[in-house]
Amino acid sequence: MSNTMAQIKDLKFFSGLKRRHLEVLAALAKEIEVEKGTYIFREGDDALRCLVVLSGDVALELPMQGRDPRTVQTVHDGDVLGWSWLYPPHRWTFDARAVTDVTALVFDAEQLRAVKDSDHELGFQLMTRFGKVMVSRLQATRMRLMDLYGNGD
Amino acid sequence: MVRPVVELDREGIDRLIAQLGDSGFTVIAPTLSDGTISHGPISSSQDLPVGWTEVQDAGTYRLTRREDDALFGYAVGPHSWKRFLHPPEVVVWQGDGGMTPLDLAPPPRYAFFGVRPCEMAAISIQDKVFLDSGFSDDVYRSRRTDAFIVEVECYEPGGTCFCASMGTGPGAVEGADLVVSEILDDEHRFVVRAGSDAGEEVLAALGAAEAETDVIAAAEQVVADAAARMGRTLDTDGLRAALTAQAQSERWDEIAARCLTCANCTMACPTCFCAGIDDSLSLDGAVATRTRRWDSCFGLEFSYIHGGSLRTSAASRYRQWITHKLSTWWDQFGSSGCVGCGRCITWCPVGIDITAEATAMLAEARSEEAS
Amino acid sequence: MATATELSIPQLLDPMPCVVRAVNRETHDTITLEVEPAEPYHFEPGQITMVYKHGVGEIPISISSDPDRHDRISQTVRGVGAVSKAIIASHPGDVLGIRGPFGVGWPIDQAEGGDVAIIGGGIGLAPLRSIVYRVLNRRDRFGAVVILVGARTPKDIVFAEELREWGSRFDIDVNVTVDTADRGWHGPVGVVTNMIPRAPWDSSKVTAFVCGPEVMMRFTARALREDDVPMDKVYVTMERNMQCGVGLCGHCQWGSHFVCREGPVFRYDTVAELFRIRGV
Repeated sequence: MSNTMAQIKDLKFFSGLKRRHLEVLAALAKEIEVEKGTYIFREGDDALRCLVVLSGDVALELPMQGRDPRTVQTVHDGDVLGWSWLYPPHRWTFDARAVTDVTALVFDAEQLRAVKDSDHELGFQLMTRFGKVMVSRLQATRMRLMDLYGNGD
Repeated sequence: MVRPVVELDREGIDRLIAQLGDSGFTVIAPTLSDGTISHGPISSSQDLPVGWTEVQDAGTYRLTRREDDALFGYAVGPHSWKRFLHPPEVVVWQGDGGMTPLDLAPPPRYAFFGVRPCEMAAISIQDKVFLDSGFSDDVYRSRRTDAFIVEVECYEPGGTCFCASMGTGPGAVEGADLVVSEILDDEHRFVVRAGSDAGEEVLAALGAAEAETDVIAAAEQVVADAAARMGRTLDTDGLRAALTAQAQSERWDEIAARCLTCANCTMACPTCFCAGIDDSLSLDGAVATRTRRWDSCFGLEFSYIHGGSLRTSAASRYRQWITHKLSTWWDQFGSSGCVGCGRCITWCPVGIDITAEATAMLAEARSEEAS
Repeated sequence: MATATELSIPQLLDPMPCVVRAVNRETHDTITLEVEPAEPYHFEPGQITMVYKHGVGEIPISISSDPDRHDRISQTVRGVGAVSKAIIASHPGDVLGIRGPFGVGWPIDQAEGGDVAIIGGGIGLAPLRSIVYRVLNRRDRFGAVVILVGARTPKDIVFAEELREWGSRFDIDVNVTVDTADRGWHGPVGVVTNMIPRAPWDSSKVTAFVCGPEVMMRFTARALREDDVPMDKVYVTMERNMQCGVGLCGHCQWGSHFVCREGPVFRYDTVAELFRIRGV
């Protein structure tokens, strides 16, 4: 088994996928290392990649004129980083900055879109998983909107 | 143990009242007051509402004359005995800035004359709340321990009475020192039974004749007849579970549309015990006083924690009250919190009827269970 | 020393004078008061005290200090109402009255031999802090000890210094997350429940102690369930209007429970249904 295959198999995000689908994904993935402080992508750039964090912390930030950027969320080991590549116009809506040294699996967005469109079963499996991630992030965001720790006052 | 049973005439009742007074008791009994039958001090049977009765229905209370000179020919008025044992307002602590407590006045010694069986049951329920639930309340204990209770059986149930459904009347229930039955046939007589050692002592000192069997039988018949003339009934079978099961029912909103959340029912209820503690300060800032006052779960403040009240809707507050009374009271104190006195029905300004509301919830629960 | 059950009202309503010895600011509206009780004070983590300000009033406050220390107790108070604002305006030397402790605290001994999860939201960390002290005092009896803390912003984190200290130890795992932050914050950003799936405890051996606003505790219990933590190993602590502290005034009723007497700590599975009923 290739190293990439082993990494993909270990990720909770891909658990339950058929072996042939894992192989397709493994063939598309490569591991990258990002140094602490580096921007992995920036708001407004074309979303050319899909990432899954293997280790380290990444901050999703909203740059603000004349002020420090605000961190809207951090993602960590095993988390998916970014889904702007899924839908047109395929542009990032936040900055992603490595808070620590980061290793991640990277997929080429165009290839991943092609695989998803040509193999509907794999496409369905992937979309289900991304849907779950989106729902849980939306719920987490709603919880923060209602000021979970302050009794709403 | 067989306790003595004696027969008294009205003059004997007067001697009994006088004797209690002479023994140092403040004798409190039903009296005519503010157009109602309420409790006040008496010194003879003449101070009782002789020859009076009331007409009671949901949201209705009227005094009316009887055609006889009955001493106890009525049911219960707006107030219960709890105002003497668990005062509506009592100073529980007084201290200076160094928190050294100041002495508080000792309570009076009461004889309650004319406690109805439902009220005796209510006192027993409050005994459990204030004396037997792990912590004791000395405000209550100091008034309760020395109190002498003369219970009077009922022969004239009111239009909102349902003690027969709750097993708390119209015949005497446990707990009194003396039990009085009034007989109004050709001869006006009273059968008086001792219920405690203290009661026996009082009867012995009174020197009355032992009651004949036929008189005792007559007294029993009066109570049996009364049980068949209750103004209301309540089917309690499955009620406890039904109320908690229906916590999310839409019917609560329907009741809330009528309920004014005025808290009359909780004030009139002989078992409702909730009280709040208010802090106040003397003008010079030296002496702080902590006063305990009756509180009601119908108030918004009742469930207040920082940020607001937890029971904001009238529906949630009515549900809290009736569920506590008829359901969760069992979990807390091993009995119902309702004795069927009917006060909450009579004194509700819009005539909300606990028996009707509980019955509707029970029906709803039963139909949901069946479907 | 007399236990509370031997006492009665009004003795139970007599506040014990306590001298304020230190006032530590936690956040813009929250302070921790360190007070010296008139006599040695014994309590279990999670129990409540009623704190009385002369002539102003009294509020329920949980104790946040080391339960194995009896000469000083700490109370963490957020100034949100008239009484709490008066209390947090205290200075060293002032006298406050304290009644209690009341109720049932965290069953820490139930966690012995297993892992401990301590999950707090906002000022909810206060009654959990006593657990941390107790666990650290008896560290060898427990497996992994994991603290998860959620706060609105880095400025809203209470006990920040201690959290840093505990975080630097090797025998305890501290994770603090905030809802939003700027560059000065190097920790995670997100809700406290996000940290549950990757928390380093064994879900089959962990006992979780959770404190925060009800909605936070509900979501936390849900996340713990998804993490395969059994609901009979999850404990929450409830906040209700408490006045007497001994179940005689009726205000704190929650279903059939008197929160001041049977609570404030409840095992989650025994009260999960009540959490679902609005305005109960």
